[in-house]
Amino acid sequence: MADASLPIGSLDLTPDRAAEGTFREWLHGWVITVDHKRLGILYVLYSLFFLIVGGTEAMIIRLQLAQPNSHFVSPEVYNRMFTMHGTTMVFLVGMPILFGFANYLVPLMIGARDMAFPRLNALSFWLTAFGGIMLYYSFIGGFGLYGQGSAPDVGWFAYAPLTTRTYSQGHAVDFWALSLFVTGWGTLGTAINIVATTISMRCKGMTMMRLPLFCWLMLCVSALTLIAITPLTAAQVMLELDRYLGAHFFDAQAGGSALIWAHFFWIFGHPEVYILVLPAFAIANEIIPVFSRKAMFGYPAMVAASVGIVFISVGVWAHHMFTVGMTSAANAFFTLSTMIIAVPTGIKIFNWLATMWGGKLRFATPMLFCTAFVFQFLISGLTGIMLSASPWDWQLHNSYFVVAHFHYVLVGSIVFNIFAALYYWYPKVSGRMMDEKLGKLHFWLFLIGFHLTFDFMHVPGILGMPRWIYTYEPSRGWGTWNLIVSIGGIFQAIAVAIFLYNMVYSALHGEEAGPDPWDAWTLEWATASPPPEYNFAVEPVVSSRRPLWDLKHPDDPDWKYE
Amino acid sequence: MTVPGFIKSSQASTDAAPGALPEWEERRTYMLKCNLLPPLPALDARRLLLQRGMRSAALLCMSLLVAAVGWGENKPSPTPNMFAPTSTPAQQEYVMSLFVLAITGGILLVVGGIWAYVVWKFREKEPTETEPAQIYGSPQVELAWTIIPVILVVVLFLTTARMIFAIQDNPKPKNAIDVTVVGHQFWWEFRYPKYGVVIANELHVPMSTKERPQPTFMKLQSADVWHSFWVPQLAGKVDSIPDHVNEMWIDPHVPGLYVGQCGQFCGVEHAKMLLRVYVDTPDEFQRWITRQQQPAVEQQGDAQGSQSVPVNAGGLQPASFEQAQQASPQAVPAQAPGEASMNQVAVGKQVFQTNACMNCHAVQGTVANGRFGPDLTHFGSRETLGSGIVANNVSNLKAWIRNPSDLKEGALMPPMQLTETQLEQVSLYLTSLK
Amino acid sequence: MSTITVPVVAHELEQPWHLPNKGKVGMICLIIGESAIFAMFVLAYLFYIGKSQWGPQPREVLEIPIISSICLLSSSLTIWLSEQAVEHGQIQKFNAWLGATIALGLIFLGYTGAEWYKLIYHDGLTLQTNLFGTTFYSLVGLHASHVIIGLIMLITLWLFGMTGHITAKNSERIQTLALYWHFVDAVWVVVFLVVYVIGR
Ligand code: HEA
Ligand code: HEA
Ligand code: HEC
Ligand code: CUA
Ligand SMILES: [Cu+2]
Repeated sequence: MADASLPIGSLDLTPDRAAEGTFREWLHGWVITVDHKRLGILYVLYSLFFLIVGGTEAMIIRLQLAQPNSHFVSPEVYNRMFTMHGTTMVFLVGMPILFGFANYLVPLMIGARDMAFPRLNALSFWLTAFGGIMLYYSFIGGFGLYGQGSAPDVGWFAYAPLTTRTYSQGHAVDFWALSLFVTGWGTLGTAINIVATTISMRCKGMTMMRLPLFCWLMLCVSALTLIAITPLTAAQVMLELDRYLGAHFFDAQAGGSALIWAHFFWIFGHPEVYILVLPAFAIANEIIPVFSRKAMFGYPAMVAASVGIVFISVGVWAHHMFTVGMTSAANAFFTLSTMIIAVPTGIKIFNWLATMWGGKLRFATPMLFCTAFVFQFLISGLTGIMLSASPWDWQLHNSYFVVAHFHYVLVGSIVFNIFAALYYWYPKVSGRMMDEKLGKLHFWLFLIGFHLTFDFMHVPGILGMPRWIYTYEPSRGWGTWNLIVSIGGIFQAIAVAIFLYNMVYSALHGEEAGPDPWDAWTLEWATASPPPEYNFAVEPVVSSRRPLWDLKHPDDPDWKYE
Repeated sequence: MTVPGFIKSSQASTDAAPGALPEWEERRTYMLKCNLLPPLPALDARRLLLQRGMRSAALLCMSLLVAAVGWGENKPSPTPNMFAPTSTPAQQEYVMSLFVLAITGGILLVVGGIWAYVVWKFREKEPTETEPAQIYGSPQVELAWTIIPVILVVVLFLTTARMIFAIQDNPKPKNAIDVTVVGHQFWWEFRYPKYGVVIANELHVPMSTKERPQPTFMKLQSADVWHSFWVPQLAGKVDSIPDHVNEMWIDPHVPGLYVGQCGQFCGVEHAKMLLRVYVDTPDEFQRWITRQQQPAVEQQGDAQGSQSVPVNAGGLQPASFEQAQQASPQAVPAQAPGEASMNQVAVGKQVFQTNACMNCHAVQGTVANGRFGPDLTHFGSRETLGSGIVANNVSNLKAWIRNPSDLKEGALMPPMQLTETQLEQVSLYLTSLK
Repeated sequence: MSTITVPVVAHELEQPWHLPNKGKVGMICLIIGESAIFAMFVLAYLFYIGKSQWGPQPREVLEIPIISSICLLSSSLTIWLSEQAVEHGQIQKFNAWLGATIALGLIFLGYTGAEWYKLIYHDGLTLQTNLFGTTFYSLVGLHASHVIIGLIMLITLWLFGMTGHITAKNSERIQTLALYWHFVDAVWVVVFLVVYVIGR
């Protein structure tokens, strides 16, 4: 058989520069594009832009909280800052960037020429973009920039009845609900597209059990998105019906219930956090094996664990609501279901460690970020377990301990892996390597900043500091901790600035990358960097999970073992 | 603009402080009736050791976290440290948190240790061309690391569930103090239906002693949006929601002042919706509640009467409260205001009653019966104003009434446009309401 | 370095390779997503049954829409028949059955319109009246809006059919569209049970 599996397709790499034209043509090309790669890049750039915006808001928060009794911003502004920060980071950074990666990489990894529905793909991106612009327009709408206009100020969870007309006049809440309603449809479109692509566009030989784990995880995320984003959309419709047409869904005076909003929001909100973290896992699943020089340990278990997480995650939402006065049986149930998530997640952690075990770990920048991710995710998961123990959560709920927990995941795991992915795939997208020295500097600064900020943030939580407060008294003893946390924020900002500089610098001066700079194994490395519009010269045909491994080691191909 | 010193005037804590832990155990006897709570063994040497052991394990593993906060002493403190509990539910939550910390800390040590080992041991020392051995998986090992977490989860869950039922389904003893807590946008209202007392922002509860356990049971409601009652040293938080009455209880055993604050985002001034709970000795509490039951008395002693207008208890008033109010014999015959003998205080009262103040504030025993703002009947006996943001004295009060937003931006009391003399008079009047 | 090798494994080339139709997969995804939206409105409806504090109650004003339900449900059958027809290239038949489907859908909408007219002008029930009004109009309205979208698509298709633009080659796409219509019908079963059986 061995001779029968010889590679036969090849691609001519003569540069194709004829497409260049005037600036208008270039811009027009990007706006009307339906190419999954261009849309992927647009998604990523869009998200990086909002990362800076959301990060700046975070820095305003941190400046205000660095000292007790601070008067840097007014309470109104502070409330807008954390609402916009949370909303931006979750909806305009986390989701689009991960969908951007999926857009760019899934078709390449499965050997397809494009997504299943290219035009839907473009529509989805522009819906998302429109939603983001609309959300930020709120700063200008209403009473203009000075008074912050009508930027939302009700928290990213927008609990009723604070959002009803009675308690939130003006349009702040409407901006929140309607812009997320719009991005929600964009997200739904992308999710449909990714599912259809992974199911129906795989190249020959790419069975489901040979699918790269990245694609598996993206499939899981998209499936979860289908059933998680839509409840939020529904709840937002109800909210707007209340606000504009006088309905009573959340109106306590007419018998409506504030609690049901909380349920609806968290039925979305909890799966949402797994929507954010599964793509981060997806990234780690690609990078860790390549830089350990080993095949993924326990591929079927990884797939099963991901599917398991998807299913369990829709039954745990009320762990955000342990203090709302559910019955003790309900509290116990949600404690159990939440804790069970530790099992599949643990499997993932152990499999990553086992993949690294006995390997040859090459600590290039992407791997540095992924290695830190594994450890940080472990800690954040364990603080999650502490929160899921409901009696303790009665204390910890809405304290800075929770804020520390979720930034540990959102920054320590997701943002770390996003950076890993950006370093890893940058050469594929741009054709040039990112600068390693700057990359390492970025990593260490960000690591220090991250730990200064979010390790020490647990402490004021234990000391009884609630979230969403714009000021606190000196006698509370939270001052020092907050100062350290804020200083960490500055480190992070510097690190991100270095990263941005690196991106621009390397695009101009980076080393030529060649098609396969990391000596990797999945199909996206079997085409030029950047890939031509049609992706592959011939449609690939594969017989294992690591087609390029088979190509490079014809004597010891994977398909003999799988 | 802070409250000078969080120290309660009458500190009776000395007699109870050192033995706090063992006493707490015994005072829980009524809880044992609840069959879901297996009797926690009395605090014998073994148990103490276990606790110490767990505490040190936790210390070891999460040294930073616990070292930073674990020194909190079990006595009232201006830092609401949840690891320095002085009341039963908080104490139980603390014990449980140590248990969870110990287990998660152990996991962190083991898995984190493996991580560190792997990262160190298998780093590529010098680049080579050869690839390491490819291993695709191992059912046995994978089964092991599925089953061990399952067991840990079961252990964690059973402990947690036991504690949930113990705390949440704790039966209410007959002599428990009842308090209705009503969250308002940026301040708290407390009602004692059995005593017919309504106060704001500063809750008094009796200490629960060994001889006479007397927990306080609270019903939580909200007049507007979502709030949450959280005094970490006394108990975990419970939300106050407009369409839903919640219950919680505390069983404090060290007297003194405890601070906390609203635990759910509720609008502009969520940050300044502070909470103060005074745990009084039973005698003190009795004296305090008796005084609160009196209608408003201006201390300046002038023969200032009150109008005997029946008190309109607002919509949320529990029935028992109204009955208590009607039965109270304190209504003094009306006396026409405007007499020449009025001193400043009396004029202040006049100002209060002729301005919009009385539309929003109640002073029991006078015409003022507004329900939108805090009840001011015994305002002078409070240590703070504006739900704990500043000390209650004449100058702060003047600043407050001049423009509440100077002290608390976004407070729902409008600036009242009084003249400086009127301010002075009203302030004197209000502080005189002991 | 001017060429890149794309792996093309010979022994896999001979294997048969069938993947599901992407349009159908996409439609199923859309249906799953939409189901979650409906689920939220259904949950809200169930949660608020009997909680209206004033205004008309379901029992007083709702009549069971038997005829319109029969129409809508039988339209699932007619659209299935039109699918069959187009698959066998019988465009004439296809147009007829599709026309029947559209007619049945329109009758359903007409009944809903009449029901709403009666509720609004006769019983004084609007979205604002009470929780029943709020949840009723939003749930039934959500469904009706899906019927309308479905009808627009069916009518477009029918126009294509009438102008002779449909052949047997289109049958897979038509099946995809029909899937949506079946979904709209299935949701009606749930809405019917919730609003007119359980809620009444
Ligand atoms: C991507 C984001 C992400 C992820 C992955 C998680 C993961 C988890 N989260 Fe987190 N969480 C958030 C984001 C996330 N969370 C956010 C944003 C909020 C706040 C929202 C808001 O209020 O604004 C929140 C809030 C939150 C709460 C509510 C707190 C409160 O408001 O009171 C709880 C409570 O149970 C919780 C629990 C968990 C648990 C148990 C996990 C688990 O998935 C973790 C599982 C992982 C492990 C346990 C580690 C690895 C496992 C092993 C090594 C095996 C052995 C371990 C054991 C046997 C224990 N989270
Ligand atoms: C993916 C999600 C994500 C990410 C990445 C972050 C990143 C950060 N977050 Fe965020 N956060 C949330 C999601 C996220 N957060 C959510 C969901 C909430 C809850 C909101 C709510 O309650 O409604 C929250 C709330 C929240 C709070 C609590 C506010 C409150 O409750 O009062 C705080 C406080 O410290 C905080 C801080 C930070 C910091 C310091 C970072 C840093 O890691 C950011 C570092 C990045 C940068 C700094 C960008 C770099 C910018 C430049 C290089 C430009 C130069 C700019 C400057 C120098 C200012 N966040
Ligand atoms: C529109 C209603 C309204 C009017 C009118 C009003 N108040 Fe208030 N008042 C409030 C509210 C609401 C609060 C609670 C504010 C907070 O703490 O956030 C309050 C708080 C107070 C407090 C502090 C109470 C405490 O326990 O901390 C005092 C004292 C007070 N008002 C006095 C007055 C006086 C004197 C006047 C008239 C000159 C007046 N108020 C008029 C609504 C009103
Ligand atoms: Cu009340 Cu926050
Ligand atoms: Cu969650």
